Amino acid sequence: MKLKSYNLKYKRFGESSILVEWPSIIHESILENILLFKSEIENKYLNNNIYLKNSYNSLLITYEENINPKSKISELKNIYIKIGSTQKKDFNKWEIPVCYDIELGHDLNYLEKSLSIKKEEIVSLHSSKDYRVYNIGFLPGFLYLGGLDKKIHHPRKEKPVLNVPKGAVGIGGSQTGIYPNNSPGGWYIIGNSPINLFNINKTSPCFIKPGDKVKFSPISLKEHELIKIQVESNIYKPVKTQIND
Amino acid sequence: MIEIIKSGLYSTIQDLGRFGYENYGVPISGSMDQLSSVLSNKLLGNNDNDAVMEITMTGPILKFLEETKICITGADISPSINDNSIDINRVYQINKGDVLKFGKLKYGLRSYLSVSGGFLAGKIMNSRSMHSSITKSNKIINGENLKIKNLKNIITKRTIIKVNYLEHFKNNIIEVFKGPEFDKLTTKQKQVLLNKTFTISNNNDRMAYQLKESFKNQLDPIITSLVMQGTVQLTKSGKIIILMRDSQTCGGYPRILQLSKKSINKLSQKHMGNRIKFKLIDL
Repeated sequence: MKLKSYNLKYKRFGESSILVEWPSIIHESILENILLFKSEIENKYLNNNIYLKNSYNSLLITYEENINPKSKISELKNIYIKIGSTQKKDFNKWEIPVCYDIELGHDLNYLEKSLSIKKEEIVSLHSSKDYRVYNIGFLPGFLYLGGLDKKIHHPRKEKPVLNVPKGAVGIGGSQTGIYPNNSPGGWYIIGNSPINLFNINKTSPCFIKPGDKVKFSPISLKEHELIKIQVESNIYKPVKTQIND
Repeated sequence: MIEIIKSGLYSTIQDLGRFGYENYGVPISGSMDQLSSVLSNKLLGNNDNDAVMEITMTGPILKFLEETKICITGADISPSINDNSIDINRVYQINKGDVLKFGKLKYGLRSYLSVSGGFLAGKIMNSRSMHSSITKSNKIINGENLKIKNLKNIITKRTIIKVNYLEHFKNNIIEVFKGPEFDKLTTKQKQVLLNKTFTISNNNDRMAYQLKESFKNQLDPIITSLVMQGTVQLTKSGKIIILMRDSQTCGGYPRILQLSKKSINKLSQKHMGNRIKFKLIDL
């Protein structure tokens, strides 16, 4: 299978890092290309101490020692040339339970008025889409999701709220996301998920990875309570299906 | 064990950082001035990555509940043991019951206290560095007891070790590389950025240092992208922000410069009102 190959820019970034840049647009095929390149580099360097992180259209490779940028860039270019022939990566689609009850989604009433869309419609638009995970950052376990329906885009609050509770599901601009922990935040809150997105005791602290998809499934207040107990007693297993498109 | 009688302004336990979890959104953290924290460990005979106490501006009062050895490097905050002043950059034997205090800040901003074998703050994701999103607290707390490893057989030098690193505190040249968006600046902007003297604002902490002077900016935000410790961002309103050890993993402001590793350490010893000048080193 031949994959699309992009015209990449390689830039030295400080003494030990190389930044690789894709075209400045948000697109799933760019994300897939970045993640393929990332996993090829990981395979190549297996036990060496290099650290990789990606965002919407870039990949940062940081080496433990100071580097000769020219030779590292040509090394990376050689790896990129070869990824055209590798298999596409498999990703998971996760079902994230969200309770959209007004008790937990206390900004729903405001959004109903501001967007002139009924609450039920907001919930149905929000929970019927598959969202792609582009990046994890800002806070540990915070997922940057792409794919929010244009009808429910809404500017952020002018003044951030100091205490957004853990699990809060919000809308901010063209983005939607889940607060992995209590934190300040400026998004409008439409619900809450009882699951743990970030667990410091696991070697892999987030079970969701960049490239995965997320779908929100509406649950009642009672189910929210029940799943919360299951999560706390470590018996809750999030539902996943493998995607291979 | 060490009893924290008073925590001081901002005293935190740090090693060299939490690596390998950035793609989960976990900041690296680690001691701000790693030249000084490594020196503190080295003088004592510890490993470079052993956890030390980073002490900021106003020191804590610590009571040692066991015999050990210590060394203090970095800023000179007039340390004393049982009210007898002690030197920095020197190893001292501590007896059970000894009390370590600090006084007037003479130079620098952050001091590094190492103890034999290092502090045993909880290890999470391979690091003992405190950060509010990962550990219970981001700093030490009054009344708490801190565990130390207290290795008995490490080899230390009891004499003063001649380290002439005063330059590290006095010099105000911050060495930088071009950032990914540097070339989007106009020639005039580049000139100002590299010739002007900037002042550190009161907005400075382990996460970022903001500079006081505004800078004319027409650059648009970028799609959320990757940043590192030492990345210099330019906000829409023309504020210059230098990301430090507790920096977030990504951000949307144009990245105009990148500090050298040496300069991140150097900047960590600067405080509000100090002046700095950027010097490009990858011409």
